[in-house]
Amino acid sequence: MSGRLAWRGGTPSDLSITSVRVVDPRSGLDGTFDVTVATGVITELRPSGESTTSSDAIDGSGMILMPAFTDPHVHFRTPGQEHKETISTGTASAAAGGYCQVIAMPNTSPVIDSPEILSGILARAAEEAVIPMGQMGAVTKGLGGLELTEMATMRQIGAVGFTDDGMPIVDAGVLRRAVRYQELSEATIALHEEDPALSLRASLNEGATSARLGLAGGSGLSESTMITRDCAIAEAEGARIHVQHLSDARSVQAVREAKARGVLVTAEASPHHLLLTEEACATLDTRTKMNPPLRFEHDRQALIDGLNDGTIDCVATDHAPHSDGEKEQPFEDAPFGVTGLETSFVSIYDELVAKGIVPLSVLVERMTSGCDPFGLPIPTIAEGQKANLVLFNTNSPWTCGEGGWASRSSNNAFVGRRFSGRVVLTLADGVEVYRHIGLGGSR
Amino acid sequence: MNDLLTIEQLGRSGIERILDRADEFGGIAAREVQKVPALRGKLVINLFYEASTRTTSSFELAAKRLSADVISVRSSGSSVEKGESFKDTVATLDAYDPAAIVLRHPRAGAAALMTRWTNAAVVNAGDGAHAHPTQALLDAQTLRSHFGSLDGRVIWIVGDVAHSRVARSTATALNLLGARVVLCAPPTLMPPMIGMALGCETTHSLDGLEEADAVYALRMQHERMRGGDIPSLAEYARCYRIGLERMRPGQVLMHPGPVNRGVEVTGAAVDSPASLITRQVSAGVAVRMAVLYELVAGSELATPRAAEVAA
Repeated sequence: MSGRLAWRGGTPSDLSITSVRVVDPRSGLDGTFDVTVATGVITELRPSGESTTSSDAIDGSGMILMPAFTDPHVHFRTPGQEHKETISTGTASAAAGGYCQVIAMPNTSPVIDSPEILSGILARAAEEAVIPMGQMGAVTKGLGGLELTEMATMRQIGAVGFTDDGMPIVDAGVLRRAVRYQELSEATIALHEEDPALSLRASLNEGATSARLGLAGGSGLSESTMITRDCAIAEAEGARIHVQHLSDARSVQAVREAKARGVLVTAEASPHHLLLTEEACATLDTRTKMNPPLRFEHDRQALIDGLNDGTIDCVATDHAPHSDGEKEQPFEDAPFGVTGLETSFVSIYDELVAKGIVPLSVLVERMTSGCDPFGLPIPTIAEGQKANLVLFNTNSPWTCGEGGWASRSSNNAFVGRRFSGRVVLTLADGVEVYRHIGLGGSR
Repeated sequence: MNDLLTIEQLGRSGIERILDRADEFGGIAAREVQKVPALRGKLVINLFYEASTRTTSSFELAAKRLSADVISVRSSGSSVEKGESFKDTVATLDAYDPAAIVLRHPRAGAAALMTRWTNAAVVNAGDGAHAHPTQALLDAQTLRSHFGSLDGRVIWIVGDVAHSRVARSTATALNLLGARVVLCAPPTLMPPMIGMALGCETTHSLDGLEEADAVYALRMQHERMRGGDIPSLAEYARCYRIGLERMRPGQVLMHPGPVNRGVEVTGAAVDSPASLITRQVSAGVAVRMAVLYELVAGSELATPRAAEVAA
């Protein structure tokens, strides 16, 4: 039994890219190559100059070709909140960001907590999704944190995993029953770790910024204490868990220690937590409001350390679209969440890779392994492999937000920031799913 | 200056400019006709999402003494209660073409947000526990009148610092004017890092209060007990109530009002000559006249000073 990826598919692609820097740490690749894709399969991968490529090949000089990215944590708001995002716009946003696989969260309206609702979503994904997407089911009915859903049946239909994301499973007994039930569901449970008694469900971090603004802040202890608890439960039950959107230094340490003693735990971090701190909230711009909130610089540094040493397995955007009207409210009233699929790679590349803080090979590894905790394949670059590729132009400056978004929403935390480069081409499962207008050519 | 949203935006020179003008306006109250024509024909709207008799009446009086037309809109009984959004309410009021809108709102940042939706000058009359710049100005005015200068003076602000916009704005203003501010609160009502954030010392004890030139008691709200921040008002009072027995001669007492006698401050202290509380109230009108004048008339007049006041 395994999770199912659904999408509309497309015509397998034929193209060549010459003189491109190919980076795929899993295949041991980092060099200049000529690459040919025929009928959606990588047929040639040769050191640059050795191959004879067609005249309409893409000149890849100044560009990086990587395995396309995968994201285990996106919100496509379908069903029920299609004014924020749809499967079609959400997957288009992912394609524009260089992704070939994403996993959608079930905190929709209604919640995806039954086999019937899950079937409906997978059917819509099969018609609308621009790239392959998986769907998570809820762990508890209505995300209420009390009654388990029919996880075994949902797994048979194709749920890639289970989560109550957006809400924590506060009751330790419920969490324990959920992970014991894994023997039937055979799927990883992803956990939004938050003790509401400590977080207060507050709008931002408890720190100097909240003190100055007179807003109640939430302590990062709300996250690390729950991670410690849930790793202990997973350890005792032999269960597999994935902890979502780490934000606090103590959380990173809790995961590191759990992994060291053999707990089956994986972890993710978001671009905004890797790049921003609570100071970004000082102007009360609601595009800096998300849950968990942005925390301190030492938390950010701990997340970067965790990314580098593998404590954090993958980058996940927690792409959380909201309409302008919903975000144009006082900070406390605005909903949590920011978009991220179209800026994840370049934002981290500029701030951490270009400045020598994170090696490119590490970033590529963490951007591509997001679906691994849920048993889905990791895209790789090798002859004979299906083409799951992203081409990134390192010298194509733009200002974040200019030219709009493929996403239906614009609540991105980096609006106004100057970026050095951009994704210009994405292939998912052999099909060209995104091409930037500046690259020329046609699909 | 288009709007008054925070005290930080003014800086020391901006604060002093407004206080100087408030000094001039302060003389008007003593005249037979307590009015100047500075804002004749201009509309000032008070938009209050929280009840505050004291602040609304102070702004109303300030606007009237400048000869402006004034309307006050309260959330109670208005379209706000029928579910109209903040943005739509502002758009509706903006259609009257006001020169200034004075906003009291329970959410931090509300006044700054409102500037997106109106061309009127926005005066923040309290946004959540964030800022209350005109309170800070009237507090500074009261202390400056009493001491002459605030440079080197020590002011203790005692009470529920966590939920107090007054503490934040007043501490900032007094710091900018050269005073040293000490925040004193129970640990559960003192947000972590607030000392660093505001540039103040912090303490959980009244020990050392004798160093203060002025003691500023904050209102302790009864709902704080329900939230579990303090076990009881009685215990709070035992630890933090300001009474004459804790004050040394020469110290002055301030309070933003309304006072809970016997909780954060004793009745005897409120009624004593050390209390500047009623002087804060009268300073409030003069300071708000100066703010409205600067925001509305100041942008149109090259030398908007003594000539108008003398009229």
